[in-house]
Amino acid sequence: MNELVQHQWLIPFLPLVAAGIQSLLPQRSRKLSATLCIGAMTISCVLAIRAFVAVLGAEEGARAIANFTWFEFGTAKLSLGFILDPLTAAMAAMVTFVGLMIFINATGYMAEDENFTRFFCFLSLFAAAMLGLVVANNLLMLFMCWELVGLCSYLLIGFWYFKPSAAAAMKKAFITTRIGDVGFFIGILLLYWHTGTLNLYDGGHGALEQAGTLATLAGWWGLSVASTIALMLFFGAMGKSAQFPLHVWLPDAMEGPTPVSALIHAATMVAAGVFMVGRMYPLFTASSPEFSSDFVMHFVMWVGCITAVFAATIAVAQFDIKRVLAYSTCSQLGYMMMGLGAGGFVGGQFHLLTHAFFKSLLFLGSGCVIIGTHHEQDMRKMGGLRKYMPITFVTYLIGTLALAGVWPFAGFFSKDLILLNTFHVSKWAWGLGTFAAFLTAFYMTRQIFMVFFGEWRGGAGEHHGHEEHEHGHGHHEPHEIPWNMWAPVAVLSLFALGLGWWEHGYHHFVAPGEAAAETGKGVVMGLSVVAGLLGIVLGWWIYGRESWAHAADPDPLVGMIGGLFTFLNRKWYIDEIYEVTIIYVTDVLGRFFGLVDKLVVDGILHTIVRVAWWISQIVRWVGDEFIINGGFDTGCSSVRGWGRIFSKLQNGRVQTYFRVLGLGVAILFIIYYLK
Amino acid sequence: MSITLGQYLMLSGVLFAVGLCGALTRRNAIIVLMGIEIMFNAGILNLVAFWHFKHFTTITPLMFAIFAIAVAAAESAVGLALVIAIYRQYKSVDVQEMRALKG
Repeated sequence: MNELVQHQWLIPFLPLVAAGIQSLLPQRSRKLSATLCIGAMTISCVLAIRAFVAVLGAEEGARAIANFTWFEFGTAKLSLGFILDPLTAAMAAMVTFVGLMIFINATGYMAEDENFTRFFCFLSLFAAAMLGLVVANNLLMLFMCWELVGLCSYLLIGFWYFKPSAAAAMKKAFITTRIGDVGFFIGILLLYWHTGTLNLYDGGHGALEQAGTLATLAGWWGLSVASTIALMLFFGAMGKSAQFPLHVWLPDAMEGPTPVSALIHAATMVAAGVFMVGRMYPLFTASSPEFSSDFVMHFVMWVGCITAVFAATIAVAQFDIKRVLAYSTCSQLGYMMMGLGAGGFVGGQFHLLTHAFFKSLLFLGSGCVIIGTHHEQDMRKMGGLRKYMPITFVTYLIGTLALAGVWPFAGFFSKDLILLNTFHVSKWAWGLGTFAAFLTAFYMTRQIFMVFFGEWRGGAGEHHGHEEHEHGHGHHEPHEIPWNMWAPVAVLSLFALGLGWWEHGYHHFVAPGEAAAETGKGVVMGLSVVAGLLGIVLGWWIYGRESWAHAADPDPLVGMIGGLFTFLNRKWYIDEIYEVTIIYVTDVLGRFFGLVDKLVVDGILHTIVRVAWWISQIVRWVGDEFIINGGFDTGCSSVRGWGRIFSKLQNGRVQTYFRVLGLGVAILFIIYYLK
Repeated sequence: MSITLGQYLMLSGVLFAVGLCGALTRRNAIIVLMGIEIMFNAGILNLVAFWHFKHFTTITPLMFAIFAIAVAAAESAVGLALVIAIYRQYKSVDVQEMRALKG
């Protein structure tokens, strides 16, 4: 293991090299580009799995690090490092594997795009950045990779930058996450200030190993230093992992190609926030007799809880197949944060792992649906796809059941673990979490029935406003997709099916010290199963009993909850609220300062100018006209005379100047030799 | 028979003279630029020759030469850009016709 950690750098390095080479390839070398990208990822995946197996075989809670000095300035040393511990090993294996599946699927999804090479270049870079973040044993390196992940998501969300909505979405994602990153950066600075190192583990000197000491020092707002830093770091995670109120960018990120959505939602980007909280967990939990960590932990838990319920309610009322999944991701990330905040490190991280598999499965599945229906994303115009795309249907169903938390699919285990942890901390949060589980089951059932059951509502001579009919798709019927698209989805569905059984193993693997909560297990599990089944039954009752006949029909739910549906469909009007509050206030402030500048600053300046002008007028009348001008005129005429003579030299011909220059040099030489 | 310092300097002087001649007499701006480049390289050849024969143990003169090459490259890039700009303006690269800068 100690020797394996020396090779950890290869895991992010290979995709990085692949990205570098691809950036130099011409746009037409598609095969080579895809091969490079997938090849590098495969090797990384093998390395990550090898490390994973090694850690699995090592004793419990083992950790190996490899630090090295990056550069020195004065006496200060800046070192970077790599880490190999259970958290990293499991995460790296997941990211490389899921990433590989997504890459393979993307070769099908992007097959007709003219910027294929650029796409795969960005994908490789994205994976490299995320893997760098995962193997980092240094907060600075983590932060750099963190920002690279942000950059790549910006590039990929706006991959179709000629669409105005995509251009807006890319900016929104970048700026929103940057707001959270301000907190993250403050946290990093505080950590460096108090510990003098940014290495996480360093044989007893690492920042995380000093968490106990930090917990005894007084920080800001009556919290300990450790809690202050943890809070600041959590702001970064809120932006990255799309927690309320910084969640707004995630649904808009749907503007990118679907493999990107899968990558952002499962393996990279949003996972980074949850992973970072897990990585810095000692700071979050560090408490001392003087300062407790309750505030930070409860803050994390409640932010997660609110996000989980809030996003789930929005997902109920969306019509875009990817948007439902996007809000679902938001909600599931809330779950993870809730679990982490409730002290359930295992639950939060395990849910991150299982969620990555089934959410990437769902996204790739939705990508298959979109390709199969010739770029249709509106669920109202789908229906009956079960008959046309059986493979997609089965895999999608597995993903849905996993997300809804149905036994024995993966989501069931991790979700129950989180709910159980929350149950012991706060009954309210637990209740809301169970409610979110109900909503999750409901909206996923709704989606399944809308997309796969009933009759095909799309065709009927509609043209969807797209031009794809021109390049070859003469028919309107949905069709099954090529093997390179469904094969990865099928592989992922195996994991969505079986990964949950690893729950106990994972527990012993990442946190052998954490006691597994047992009391109340029956109640929590029972209620969450009931909530899930209730959601499915209700979804069937509303959407499954009789299928939609026409795409233009209103949602059956509208008849039951009326205006609330519109409210949810418009996402609680959060974007509009931001528009009239924060953006408006910023705008008004800008105008106000503009006015201040114009009236106050300009006014003062103009007064000064006026005064100076009057003084100069007086001086001019007294001295200028008589004394100076008289003398000046005489001087001028003589200057003008000389100027007339010298201007002959300035004839505008460069070579003449050059000749004079040469002549001068020659004369100098002659003088030199004569002496 | 090895080449001596004097021979190097001779070559450098000849190069310089050729360059100077070209820069002074030709009317095509690009050839003028080429002449200037040749003079530049004559100077750099001097530097390298002196380094080889006088200061072989230190690397500073060599670095200086490389630096001068880089500067020359940048300078010729600017020069060519200027020539192109001038060509757009006058539709010619004849230096005799460029006399807008006269006093």
